[in-house]
Amino acid sequence: MPLSRPKTTRRDVLSLIAALPFVLCARPSVAAVSTLAFGELYSKFGVLGLEFSEKVKALSGQEVSIRGFMAPPLRAEAAFFVLTEIPMSICPFCSTDADWPDNIVVVYLDEKQTFVQPSQAVEARGVLEFGSWTDPETGFVSLLRLRAAQYAAV
Amino acid sequence: MRMLLSALAATTILAGAAQATTVYPLDRATILAGSPFDFKVEFKAVVKPEDVKITVNGQDYKTVLGKEAEFVAEEKGKEDKVLGSALIARGLTIPAEGAYKIEVTAGSESKTVTWDVYNTSSTPKAKNIIFILGDGLSVAHRTGARIMSKGMTEGKANGRLNMDDLEHMAFVGTSSTEAIATDSANTMSAYMTGHKTAVNALGVYGDRTPDSLDDPKVETIAEAIRRQTKKSIGIVSTAEIEDATPAAVVAHTRKRADKEQIVGMMLDVKPDVILGGGSAYFLGKETPGSKRKDDKDYIKLYKEAGYTLATDKTELQTATGTNTGKILGLFHTGNMDVTLDREFLKKGTVEKFPNQPGLVEMTKVALGELSKNEEGFFLMVEGASIDKMSHPLDWDRALVETIELDQAVGVAREFAKSHPDTLIVVTGDHTHGVSIIGTVDDEKPGTEMREKVGTYAEAGFPNYTDENKDGYPDKIDVSRRLFLAATNGPDHYETFRPKLDGPFVPAIQNEKKEYVANEAYKDVPGAVFVQGNIPKTGDSGVHAVDDVVLQSTGPGSEGFKGYMEESDIYRVLADTFALGTTQTN
Repeated sequence: MPLSRPKTTRRDVLSLIAALPFVLCARPSVAAVSTLAFGELYSKFGVLGLEFSEKVKALSGQEVSIRGFMAPPLRAEAAFFVLTEIPMSICPFCSTDADWPDNIVVVYLDEKQTFVQPSQAVEARGVLEFGSWTDPETGFVSLLRLRAAQYAAV
Repeated sequence: MRMLLSALAATTILAGAAQATTVYPLDRATILAGSPFDFKVEFKAVVKPEDVKITVNGQDYKTVLGKEAEFVAEEKGKEDKVLGSALIARGLTIPAEGAYKIEVTAGSESKTVTWDVYNTSSTPKAKNIIFILGDGLSVAHRTGARIMSKGMTEGKANGRLNMDDLEHMAFVGTSSTEAIATDSANTMSAYMTGHKTAVNALGVYGDRTPDSLDDPKVETIAEAIRRQTKKSIGIVSTAEIEDATPAAVVAHTRKRADKEQIVGMMLDVKPDVILGGGSAYFLGKETPGSKRKDDKDYIKLYKEAGYTLATDKTELQTATGTNTGKILGLFHTGNMDVTLDREFLKKGTVEKFPNQPGLVEMTKVALGELSKNEEGFFLMVEGASIDKMSHPLDWDRALVETIELDQAVGVAREFAKSHPDTLIVVTGDHTHGVSIIGTVDDEKPGTEMREKVGTYAEAGFPNYTDENKDGYPDKIDVSRRLFLAATNGPDHYETFRPKLDGPFVPAIQNEKKEYVANEAYKDVPGAVFVQGNIPKTGDSGVHAVDDVVLQSTGPGSEGFKGYMEESDIYRVLADTFALGTTQTN
């Protein structure tokens, strides 16, 4: 899959500023952020496992933005939330992290932010990290994460 | 009269008191003679071991049960809360049938329970059992599948389902030990062990301690078959193979969500054929797609145990020819896609897993493999997604799943023609709150979809067609289609139309953890808001408490009749295989 690193134009910056208030207040200097879509996370789905896409591997350690939906936090005080491709509906017996869809991204926040409505699309931005990670506090296992992240409704 | 009433009231209160002494197995338990089970007494207070007195039919319990129970001075709950003392003895057996009255006293506490220990006939009635379970299979699913698949003219069905011609029937009560309501874990566990249990529990009674793996165990049918016979065992499901229903054939846990552990429990029993979804729990956590929390590679462990692995339809056919004796077929990381998506619409996750076999194919492969054993076999086949599509009120997908299940019943009946020593059981584990109330007719005037619902004479007959005679409607979105209505559910939008873009998601969770109507369906033309009638913590329609209809044919099936508890069904299965008698010589 080709890398997509759009050149940032003045118009892009202006529209980003308009759409994402956090850009202005928190990260005024970093506007050239690569975007990653849910469809670009894995290059292969199979019974014996998934394969991270080349794009994910290439962008690892860099700041990226991903659009999706915010699943309700597991616990009020959790330091992260789960970003999903579509709004979440969780079955009554699926109370463990193991029952989430394959393609979730765990977003570790820079600082505590308020929860948005589940049908509201959000754009999360943070440093991309891939590979298995067990959250020490909750035991939640994730494969893809955004660290030092922020988000805003879009 | 007044005295009687107050006595009744007192009994009711006693029975409902959560703090009373509890003896497992519970009162009125039915236990297969010679089958191992755990015995546990939970006192509500901390008692002294020397004060505990337990008799069985008036004799000291150690004489009758053959083992001394371990005394636990203090059982601890959450945050180390002291729950009381307990006695536990694991793996007891009672060889002789009869009534066993257990009297327990300690200080001011006392409790009496009676167990019915039964034996079976000494010779098997059938060589094979095919136990086909439609998860959530309710009367509306059957009626709907029949009308959709076969059609109806002037009030008479134009054809019959395969399950319509199984001659022995029973109404089955599905309630759990703690409530009239129930789930797929305790219900299937009752079928597969002969003991009713609590919601979410498999192969155990649900005790009071938080640990989900220390609860008092009872023997599963797979363990009984391994103990007493040389028969083969097969488990086939369209769900994750470690999901509640298939797990109940082999597993022991208070919590069906212990799917990681269930994969290991299944390997302990080593069913000869295992076909379904759920590979994510077989992969070590470093593998992307894994849902394990440890590094165990169960794909490797199963292979080392002699299993041939198949990961799609093609590999399944290849595995059939390898003759290794054991097949592990895993066709999806999660639940397999439903027939409507897999075969017709190509929605859901079919793009990611394009070559999944269906229930009919899996059943054929399983029967082909298992019937190689001259000693016979037990095969459990689950049509899982009748339930998984009924929860989100996706009735079209649930009905197509029912048609698929019925075609698997057809495969079993065909097998029984050449193998008449086969008992076939077709049943649900619990029901859903759903009924067919008529049709939706796009040709009716106006734009309001609600006005297009035909009831009574206005319902007419649906216009599904089946030109290619595959048993499935050629298309699901015909102009006059069945209208199924849920008795319950979360807030949602009723669109009066099949969901052609993928399974229905009626409600989604908000920041207060309440389920609200999914706005994605709000703008479907004619959609109406339906106010939910269950707590807002509920994401989907719930199981009904209504009885299940069980149907059966073949030797042993005469045991199914009238009203039966789900746990009574096991007794008929055990009797059919003479599981009270050792046949391993």
